[in-house]
Amino acid sequence: MAVNNGDIRYLTPPSVDIKKKKYCRFKKSGIKYIDYKDPEFLKKFLNEQGKILPRRLTGTSLKFQRKVAQAVKRARHIALLPYVTDMMK
Amino acid sequence: MLNHYETVFILTPVLSDVQMKEAVEKYKAILTENGAIITNEENWGLRKLQYPIQKKTSGFYSLLQFDAEPTVIATLETQFRRDERVLRFLSFRLDKYAFEYAEKRKNVKSKEVKEN
Repeated sequence: MAVNNGDIRYLTPPSVDIKKKKYCRFKKSGIKYIDYKDPEFLKKFLNEQGKILPRRLTGTSLKFQRKVAQAVKRARHIALLPYVTDMMK
Repeated sequence: MLNHYETVFILTPVLSDVQMKEAVEKYKAILTENGAIITNEENWGLRKLQYPIQKKTSGFYSLLQFDAEPTVIATLETQFRRDERVLRFLSFRLDKYAFEYAEKRKNVKSKEVKEN
């Protein structure tokens, strides 16, 4: 009774993560200035705790990451964004 | 040499509408007295703060854009610091991209006003 107990075997392991190329959204859409007055937009670059996400996750280029960081910090200063929080999204 | 500047400041919510407008006018007067040209002015009204400042959870936001000498900023900021009505302020020089954006924003806004 050599029935395979539901063990599925692949000759080639299925690729779980199809890598999607990350890109810088500012370069792609030609945005030159990041507005600190728009907290909803800046939230795309923050995690739930309100921390700035790293470039390796968002794909932003270095030039614009610096600008994102500056905009976020300005927004925090004038209380448009929280410094620390939980469950922002 | 005139630079483009932008200032946002938050006034305490305890003020009445008239007092709030008066405070904004005061800062506009300070700017114009020092030879600044105000190019844009926005009043965002009473907004909730994302975190409490001086135990207050909301405030009147106003935005001023102006062309001025660099020395004007120091006088403006000392005035902000002396004033108890001001919870927070932020002023900085607009670079060329920021200026383009500000112009665009201004034009969009003036169009909206005309349509209404």
